Amino acid sequence: MSSALDHKNATTPAPDAGARGAVASLLRMRELPVLIALALLVLVTYLINPLFLTAQGVKDLLLNATIIMILAVGQTLLIITRNIDLSVGSMLGLVAFGTGSLFSAMPDVPIIAVFVIGMAFGALLGAVNGALVTLAKVPALVITLGTLYVYRGLNNAWAGGKQYFAGDRPEEFGALSVNTFLGFPVITLLAIVVVIAVAIYMSGTRPGRDLYAIGSDPDAATAFGIKVSKRVFLAFLANGALAGLAGVLYASRFNSVGATTGTGMELTVVAAAVVGGVAIFGGSGSVTGAALGAVLLTTITSSLTALRVDKFWQQAIVGVLILTAIIIDRVASLRTAKKLRISEARNV
Amino acid sequence: MQQTHSSRSGPAEGEQVPVLSLSHAAKTFGPVVALADGTIHIEAGEIHALVGENGAGKSTLVKILAGLHHPDSGDFQVAGQSVQFRNVAESKDAGISVIYQEPTLFPDLSVAENIFIGRQPKGRFGLISKATMVREARKLFERLGVPIDPTRIAEGLSIADQQIIEIAKAISLDAKVLVMDEPTAALSGVEVERLFSVARSLRDRGTGILFISHRFDEVFDLCDRITVMRDGRYISTHRTADVTVEQIVREMVGRDIGALFPKTPAEIGDVVLKVDGLSRAGVFRDISFEVRAGEIVALAGLVGAGRTEVARAVFGIDPYDAGDITFDGRKLRPRNPQVTITAGMGFVPEDRRKQGLVMDLSVARNVTLTLRNKYTTAGLINGGAERRAAQEWSKRLQVKTGSQEYAVSTLSGGNQQKVVLAKWLATDPRLLIIDEPTRGIDVGTKSEVHRLISDLAGRGIAILMISSELPEVLGMADRVLVMREGRITAELDRADANPESVMHAATSSAGGTL
Repeated sequence: MSSALDHKNATTPAPDAGARGAVASLLRMRELPVLIALALLVLVTYLINPLFLTAQGVKDLLLNATIIMILAVGQTLLIITRNIDLSVGSMLGLVAFGTGSLFSAMPDVPIIAVFVIGMAFGALLGAVNGALVTLAKVPALVITLGTLYVYRGLNNAWAGGKQYFAGDRPEEFGALSVNTFLGFPVITLLAIVVVIAVAIYMSGTRPGRDLYAIGSDPDAATAFGIKVSKRVFLAFLANGALAGLAGVLYASRFNSVGATTGTGMELTVVAAAVVGGVAIFGGSGSVTGAALGAVLLTTITSSLTALRVDKFWQQAIVGVLILTAIIIDRVASLRTAKKLRISEARNV
Repeated sequence: MQQTHSSRSGPAEGEQVPVLSLSHAAKTFGPVVALADGTIHIEAGEIHALVGENGAGKSTLVKILAGLHHPDSGDFQVAGQSVQFRNVAESKDAGISVIYQEPTLFPDLSVAENIFIGRQPKGRFGLISKATMVREARKLFERLGVPIDPTRIAEGLSIADQQIIEIAKAISLDAKVLVMDEPTAALSGVEVERLFSVARSLRDRGTGILFISHRFDEVFDLCDRITVMRDGRYISTHRTADVTVEQIVREMVGRDIGALFPKTPAEIGDVVLKVDGLSRAGVFRDISFEVRAGEIVALAGLVGAGRTEVARAVFGIDPYDAGDITFDGRKLRPRNPQVTITAGMGFVPEDRRKQGLVMDLSVARNVTLTLRNKYTTAGLINGGAERRAAQEWSKRLQVKTGSQEYAVSTLSGGNQQKVVLAKWLATDPRLLIIDEPTRGIDVGTKSEVHRLISDLAGRGIAILMISSELPEVLGMADRVLVMREGRITAELDRADANPESVMHAATSSAGGTL
């Protein structure tokens, strides 16, 4: 047994002292680059064009980020479980148009009821996705690519050429996107509340941790007795509800809603989550990171405009940002995988 | 060998109710009987070994205990209470923890969270208290005497540490029964000692431990009692003190092998393959053997002994550090399968679906895959020539398919294996390496595959066959090379090869010093 014993296993536990702090900051690291990038971007743009950070400028930045932020939070729930929902743009469109119709049919409907109905509608659409994914056992990418078109088709059929404009809706409803509280638009505050609530759920509750476990190793999660299908279904439902909320806010924020509202938004949302450090293969990342990613993505567009960069270049720059985020993520995971291989070396 | 379970199926002695008691459990998957009589009785405060050959039904039994499989019949009691687990969670709740050879942790979660997932301690506002969780985890590791940092993520931990985490989980679940399925297979000597001392201290606290291992030195060192299984059936239970290794081996393999796989005698010709002193650090060491034309040489041993790795190195897929491979009198350069194939060597891998076949391509295309150049005109595949060649080989091997154009994925396992063989035969090889020729093939087709291999040898093809099935090895091989932990521990002629001698060389630690 000569060779069996001379191999010393490589795993030596990390020193205990201060390890908690080290790991905590390590976990936070996924969001840190985004925060730094955001701060740099704002600073540089401000130095070149001081008009960028006027009260109105800041308000616009926040308003632009709000809807993507909420959608990115929902999407993160799914990506963490190794799923995805590409139909969010279509869901948002349906709910936004539905909100317009609702106000037109019942002009006196209480605003709070509009929010409840919109979120319930979104939850229903999300639940359809969730049911298809968990029952049919088809990858979410394929299912939601299908429902992306189905929901968009429904929206087209329902709306036809019809559009609802801001004037069709009560003034208090539109005011949500105009009024500020401590400098923050009301709907942005709403989005921040959503981010905080979901972040606490994800890090501080057992079902929230289950989502990470499912994405980290779905087979192990099943073997461990985690109700994978139920959790994934509920994540789709929650994502739908958040898309519904975003749809209602969209109707408040923008002048018109119609058949094409929200088209193409899903890609921005997935990009926001990825830029925010959510691993596309599941298991790690945070909703806070995704929300920051949304702010970064929307801010970069504004700041490139403020810097008078050609509009064509803007998209390319956004693309480079996404690639950078993915490469950083990949390099990090390759490094850990290498570590794993070393410590797993067989002792024959 | 007589079945003895009816007289010995109860606890060996004493009035103590076993903490876990499975009697006459059966489990079939379609026509396949995975477990005919699963019987085991584990008492509190004992380490109980379960031994048997590959395919004896140990894994199925473990899966029943774990709640992954539901037995078709039989009686299952935990601490005197009848149980029927519908899922893993119910088995866990009943106090059974299973530790697999390669534990499945969540790589992205912290060690502490891996221990407490699903039941994390709660603090203020009903939220998870990370501080409490880490403190509890640290306490568990202190109890086990193993310094693992609970706050690090699980990714990158050694197998040994992962097992310790699983054990910590089991302790925190207050497990009454701990099942360890070949836990030592991937551990180094030091790690095995650490695991054993943890196991002993758990036993002394009253946990019942089921220990599954192929290594008899470990079984006899650690365990209080031994249960033997064979062909899905309970055979016997002994106190370790009352029994010898030879006796256990006999009970493990004691079946009539005889005429199951008749190899027709073939004329043995010149040496085709000569492997001399082949070594690869940490994988295999000093491997030397020869295979002659018309000869079937079996590479026997337990799963993980390094047999496939040797074959892959010979074929030129994997690198090696030292040694020579001579094929047909010519020295082969390492790491060049293309040259090896041209020289006349074929390799039928163990995992047909992943390595041997392109499942979505047609039968014809698969058969001619290795020969593309032979049937091409100006770089384009000549469909007619391809079809004719495929047809001929499929007919000779009696591949049962509706059409040559059907996708290979529509065929049965046995017929897929024939397609792989046809693919290599079409290259007119001098030597075929066949890794687990009948894995996953139903009993009827098995003998067809065996007849085929025997035929090939009869035509003068040299065959190197890797097999974990003892009857197959003993029935087919002219010579048996037994590997254990990366070394050849025995070379047996057909006359000397019997279940005991092969099993002994494959498992006994004494073999390691040869």
